[in-house]
Amino acid sequence: MIRFDQVNKRYRGSDEILRHVTFEIEAGELVFVTGHSGAGKSTLLKLMAGIERPTSGTVLIGNQNISKLRPRMLPYLRRKFGLVFQDHKLLYDRNCFENVALPLYINGITGQEAAKRIRAALDKVGLLSKEKAIPVTLSGGEQQRLAIARAVVSRPAILIADEPTGNLDEEYATDIMKLFSAFQQVGATVIIATHDAHSIQNIPAKVLHLDHGKLSVS
Amino acid sequence: MKHWINQHTQVWRLVLSRIMRNKLSTLMIWSVIGIALSLPAILYVVIDNLNQLAGGVRNEPQISVFMKLDAEAATVQELKQKLQQHPGIAKQQFVSKQAAWQEMQQEQDVASQLEKNPLPDAFFIEPKDHSPDGIARLQHEIEGLPGVEHVLADADWAKRLYALLQLGKKAVWVLSGLLGFALVAIIGNTIRLQIATQREEIEVSKLIGATDGFIRRPFLYAGTLYGLGGSLLALGFVNGILTIFNLSVADLAELYGSSFILVLPGWEISLGVIACAVVLGWLGSYIAVNRSLARLNPN
Repeated sequence: MIRFDQVNKRYRGSDEILRHVTFEIEAGELVFVTGHSGAGKSTLLKLMAGIERPTSGTVLIGNQNISKLRPRMLPYLRRKFGLVFQDHKLLYDRNCFENVALPLYINGITGQEAAKRIRAALDKVGLLSKEKAIPVTLSGGEQQRLAIARAVVSRPAILIADEPTGNLDEEYATDIMKLFSAFQQVGATVIIATHDAHSIQNIPAKVLHLDHGKLSVS
Repeated sequence: MKHWINQHTQVWRLVLSRIMRNKLSTLMIWSVIGIALSLPAILYVVIDNLNQLAGGVRNEPQISVFMKLDAEAATVQELKQKLQQHPGIAKQQFVSKQAAWQEMQQEQDVASQLEKNPLPDAFFIEPKDHSPDGIARLQHEIEGLPGVEHVLADADWAKRLYALLQLGKKAVWVLSGLLGFALVAIIGNTIRLQIATQREEIEVSKLIGATDGFIRRPFLYAGTLYGLGGSLLALGFVNGILTIFNLSVADLAELYGSSFILVLPGWEISLGVIACAVVLGWLGSYIAVNRSLARLNPN
């Protein structure tokens, strides 16, 4: 599904953020990306989702080489992913329903069909009663769940989340981890970055551990 | 197909709701565009009208031949025959001094105060050769014929007027070009500001797989709508201003014994203005959106 081969990544004027990273993720796997902050977790996720390109090495996503992909095709690749961003990236000038609607509109799904799927996604994260609410009126945990609803509404094959439990207290964090496990159980590939190794101890999953840009798999 | 229609109605709905939310600023943009477009449009209509007025004269240059007051009837008759047979003359019309006198008495009060007919016999000639040189040659030739007092060719002032109108037309094009450029800049800048307020949305959309076309579409539609609204307003301005002008123009023309008024722009011109504004609006927003999109693309 996703394969990295000797991937290096550096930004202009920075040290190497990822060094010789090689791994493979199968379809339907649950994967945690761990490491201290600044270890390169976010960069790794961005490379997986085609948001960044590797400086050298090969990133294959479903047999497509990211480096060789024409820019025009990039949007279609990104639609395979559901992304939960570290800073949510919710749109604060529109309500929950409209936030979740965005990926569907991008896919050309509107009207009744869209409404049905949006409500199903909101229901799954427990926000159905708040569809008319503006994101600022939601708690941190609710905003996080809204971001998840937006990521899953177009039923992506791969769900990628960057620190989804970052600023949440333990109870919320457990809820959200359960939510991700549920998606994996219905067949999605789920990739989650977290700096909190403690909270994932009891979950059976592949762990990609980053230390100063070097990867170890366990 | 259904997908496509869905997506486009969705975009129109979004754009219209944004316009409804910002009624005042939309109205301001329309006004700016309307004024910018109406200036060259009014100038064009005025010049076009003058052109029509001058057109009749220009297309049929006329040579007026005035006989000596004491010319004998036989001399006049002889000249008439000569002119009729002349190969360089397309049409000729004889107006006897009596006929001209009667006509003058009917039309003007001054004439009734004159005791004696001051008018000469006259021929009005249309030459076959319309070039200024040909007219001058013919004028010179007739001047030498017996009994002829004075030959007047009206090509000169027609030529001057024509040249002046050409200059006016050029001014219209230059003005249109400049204001068209201004229009692209105005709409481009407006769209740029809108993009700035929707930056987050554009960024997120891009990250989750929106194509450039998807992001561009609402802005292109908005730019097009600005152009359309502005041009409709411009047509309103042009027709309103010309109608007000016409009240004075009619008065002025009457003083010259003419019933000339400015003809309002026809549908071709109106459609032309609308089409130009729509295209320029589209272009302005296209440039603005593309610049912003380029900044968001990964390197």
